[in-house]
Amino acid sequence: MTTASRISSRIGQTVLTLFIVVTFNFWLFRLLPGNFTQLLSRAGALDPAAVASLKQSFGLDKSPVEQYVLYIKNLVTFNWGTSYVSHQPVFQMVFQALVNTIVLITVAYILTVIIGVALGVFAGRRAGRLADSVTVTTSLALWSVPTFWLGLVLVFIFSVWFVGLPVSGMTTYAATYSTPFDQVVDIGLHLILPTITLVISSIAQYTLIMRNSLVTVLDEDYVTTARAKGLSSRRVLWRHAVPNALLPTFTLTWLNIGIFLSTTLQVEVVFSWPGLGSLIFQSVNQRDYPVLEVSFLTIAVVVIAANLLNDLLYPLLDPRIARR
Amino acid sequence: MTTVVLSQPPGPVTGEQTPAVERGTLARLARRRMVQIGVGGLGLFVVLAIAGQLLTVNGIATGSTAASIFNPPSLQHLMGTDELGRDVLTELSAGALVSLIVGIAATAIAVVVGTLVGLLAGFFRGWLEVVLMRFTDAMLTVPSLPLIIVLAAVVGQGLGQIVLVIGLTSWAGMARLIRSEVLSLRERAFVLRARSVGVPPLRIMRVHLLPQILPLVIANTVLISAAAILAEATLSFLGLGVHTRPSWGLMLNNAFKSGAAGRGAFWYVLPPGLCIAILVLSLSFIGHAINEELSPRRQRQ
Repeated sequence: MTTASRISSRIGQTVLTLFIVVTFNFWLFRLLPGNFTQLLSRAGALDPAAVASLKQSFGLDKSPVEQYVLYIKNLVTFNWGTSYVSHQPVFQMVFQALVNTIVLITVAYILTVIIGVALGVFAGRRAGRLADSVTVTTSLALWSVPTFWLGLVLVFIFSVWFVGLPVSGMTTYAATYSTPFDQVVDIGLHLILPTITLVISSIAQYTLIMRNSLVTVLDEDYVTTARAKGLSSRRVLWRHAVPNALLPTFTLTWLNIGIFLSTTLQVEVVFSWPGLGSLIFQSVNQRDYPVLEVSFLTIAVVVIAANLLNDLLYPLLDPRIARR
Repeated sequence: MTTVVLSQPPGPVTGEQTPAVERGTLARLARRRMVQIGVGGLGLFVVLAIAGQLLTVNGIATGSTAASIFNPPSLQHLMGTDELGRDVLTELSAGALVSLIVGIAATAIAVVVGTLVGLLAGFFRGWLEVVLMRFTDAMLTVPSLPLIIVLAAVVGQGLGQIVLVIGLTSWAGMARLIRSEVLSLRERAFVLRARSVGVPPLRIMRVHLLPQILPLVIANTVLISAAAILAEATLSFLGLGVHTRPSWGLMLNNAFKSGAAGRGAFWYVLPPGLCIAILVLSLSFIGHAINEELSPRRQRQ
């Protein structure tokens, strides 16, 4: 397959996935139990004239196809409606939450990948020995621990035994800062526990993939050749084996953004971090459907974009794929 | 560490259908430490679930007076009491049932759908494969937890709805796996021969393909059930799970909302999470061991 046709087929799949998600979203929230205008007005029975004008303003008097076209048009033009509860524009709420989630995710994800890969190398070069099997078993065990519960346990430890670290929110409540630097420090302190939770519960996959990949690479002929040339085992490991073993991990970092986001949502709820997870949690409990709908769509789009990015970047790193 | 494997003649050339699982695989599995631990853990929770049903015949509530809430463990309440004065041990054993029911039922749905999609796509190829696989890829791309949350928020929180939501969002990985296995199987001699003498497709799938992919299906069934149990617990913790029955996730939801962690009620916060973790770990141990047991067979082919 040529590069051009491979890229265009990937973009095709991305557009298709986007289309499926948007269509799914459109129908799902119109299948909601109860009358849409009643849900909107929250007032029980309305007089028919008011219902008609509400229906008209939301385009509900039109045919499903026209409604669908209107829906897509509103999506593309960022005309995302207002919250049922706070009456703020949904765009504003979701955008602010997305920024907060990105702050949390960036720090935690970089740490997760670095520590996970380091542990994978540690286990992989000791394959079959005790240190290896301990690392693998611990990874499986950590994968089995529910993230939200791990967060609760940390809240327990840091509010009963080691008081001092903030266990809730993104900033200290009603705090005033003399300098912007103080604000950054405050946010940094609030980041610590959510980040620890995220790293512990997400690290297993990177460790396991890196370990398995390294074990495979260490067995390849070119590594044996490098050893036969008399290179030091340290040099063989870090210059010859690890860079190649990193390739599957690279793919994993992009493809796993969806899973990592799912984990982040739970952590946000436990630590009241004002990101997309907390927003979804609130909107679900308050039946605030416009917010829920757009939050879900935002997450889906971010993940779909990450997938596309991986497929476009990977051949640059691994020329064997591009030539195939 | 690994010895060099000399290249062997490729596959069976006689066209005979080799058994998918060698004899003695089950016995070898039973001797594995991970399987023993896993089955032991599973058994523990089945016993706990049954005991829970017997214990809760008289109801869980013990009446909430100010003196009876958040009691630490004592002889009367071995695991203490919660924010409403309920006995944590009783709740815990009653909660095992929901985890097991949702785990088993949702997994059954996911396995049937995943196997069917993979089998049809891999065997018939053509437009059917394109449609099914594009859809499967879309399902794999969309992050599962937000999808499950949105679905549960819309369809409701009965036991049946939760089972459906988790089951119908967990099949895509299985479908991909089965399809690639079927793609290679359908070119093997025993399938080609059956097709050339006009055996109907459905019969080929049932008689020739299904037994071959069964080990793969079983290994992944165990892993899907582990993920399904985690999904149910997460959903219940977020307040979107089954409300009518006690479950471990719901206990943690109550603990979270009543601030039990901040009040130091470790007897209330720790046990439900440990139960979820041990149950999920038992299943992943078994799944991991089955995968390992099957992989040497694949290398030899």
